[in-house]
Amino acid sequence: MDKKLLMRGSQVIGEAAIRAGCRFYAGYPITPQNEIPEFMSGAMADLEGGTFIQAESEIAAINMVIGASMAGARAMTSSSSPGISLKQEGISFLAALELPAVIVNVMRGGPGLGNIAPSQGDYFQATRGGGHGDYRSIVLAPAHGQELADLTRKAFEYADRYRTPVMILADGMMGQMMEPVVFPDPINLDELPPKPWVLDGAQGRPSRIIKSLILDTVEMEEHNWKLDRKYKIISGEIPHAETYMTEDAKLVVVAYGTAARIARGGIKRAREMGLKVGLLRPVTLWPFPDRAIREMSRLVKDFMVFEMNTGQMIDDVRLSLEGRSNVHFYGRPGGIVSTPDEIGKAISSLYYRQHLKED
Amino acid sequence: MKKTVFAGFGGQGVLMMGYVFAVAAMRDGREVTYLPAYGAEMRGGTANCTVVVSDEEIFSPVSSSPDFAVIMNKPSLVKYEGVMNGGGTIFLNSNHVSRELTRDDLTSIRIPAVEIAKELGSERVVNMIMLGAFAAHTRMTSLDSIMNGLSEIVKDTKASIMKLNRRGLDRGAEYILKGDSR
Repeated sequence: MDKKLLMRGSQVIGEAAIRAGCRFYAGYPITPQNEIPEFMSGAMADLEGGTFIQAESEIAAINMVIGASMAGARAMTSSSSPGISLKQEGISFLAALELPAVIVNVMRGGPGLGNIAPSQGDYFQATRGGGHGDYRSIVLAPAHGQELADLTRKAFEYADRYRTPVMILADGMMGQMMEPVVFPDPINLDELPPKPWVLDGAQGRPSRIIKSLILDTVEMEEHNWKLDRKYKIISGEIPHAETYMTEDAKLVVVAYGTAARIARGGIKRAREMGLKVGLLRPVTLWPFPDRAIREMSRLVKDFMVFEMNTGQMIDDVRLSLEGRSNVHFYGRPGGIVSTPDEIGKAISSLYYRQHLKED
Repeated sequence: MKKTVFAGFGGQGVLMMGYVFAVAAMRDGREVTYLPAYGAEMRGGTANCTVVVSDEEIFSPVSSSPDFAVIMNKPSLVKYEGVMNGGGTIFLNSNHVSRELTRDDLTSIRIPAVEIAKELGSERVVNMIMLGAFAAHTRMTSLDSIMNGLSEIVKDTKASIMKLNRRGLDRGAEYILKGDSR
């Protein structure tokens, strides 16, 4: 039998995390991601050295992750939009303390308690840091089951490599849907590079200090610049976008996650009508793949941003283009999942409005 | 690409039907997605899931205009008849849903699954009878693939229960092939 498994997205994240060496998970239940803690509770129990904690709150869970990371573990927490808001202080601390950790946000409709349907309303929160202070988090945006597995692996790698929190930005659809997935082999924890900074007992060595309280302004400024240098390195090394049918495109749709998947269906319909349309899908939302978009503007004069919100990533598309091309928007907030037909219509309508058919 | 909705009361094995079908189609080498209803949609005792099977990439796993529906109770018929794709087929558990369809562009296939299950000695196989009928009519997968999918999902199940499931599938398929459902 082939290695393909039909698995729910939430469980894919859990299994991929375990295979990436995650040995500490703390979380607090919230729909539509309860299958992540459910999965982790069983998986960690079966592992030697694995820890699962159902914390008393989201805030407790992220702080437990801080502790586990300080002690050297590959650590993860997960939640959905309102719960992620509660974790923001902890994420800011992770960034300040330069600690690796993976945070999964299975987005639902908001603001407030909102609903439990798939949404992309947390783009700003995720990509702008979310918590207080001058920091960034790496944000990865999977679009289907296989990518949930692949990007969860990547998330742990990036977190360790750059000693920084990494967020996986999924949505309720991905969390609940089952799709075929093939997992990479588990890593060997002993082969990971050593972490010479962890707090694991100072017997026989000088003590180490990990803290974010830096009262001296000069020292704090230097810490901010140090973080900034790291963010510049990350921005140079990992921006990633995928393209689909862009070679001859006159109109390029920019979408990520579930929206990108549906947009592909819309683009296929538009192509069947003879319209030259393609897709650019940011896989990293921070750092944003700005160069890929800017380079495309030499040939493409119209971009259509499609999001499951009222318009958030569109700001980054505009900043990337620096006025070189027109930027249009189509969005459905509140937990509505558009059909490929609907996106196809939005695309063709814009295509004719911009007179792209005649050129 | 074909979209199928499985819908009924919780406890009728509705989600299991969809799950088994999806695994079977995946092992047949097709592209598949399985999307269950979750959260508040599950309250009130109804359950449903959508399975998309395709030879190409699947863009949306959502049940907008399904081609097929396997309907186990009356509320589910009310919910899905209106959204079916033109020319679609609805498989009805006729012991629980007696009314006729209101749309004349749809085909209905009635299977007295509860009655057949009683003949087999267990009402727990109602879902397998419906699935057998569904597979025999649509030919989207084979009964053998379904059995393989089932044994992959419910490992360590007693051989007698697996046999009963197989008989359920067979009886559902026979009912279609003999033409009793017209």
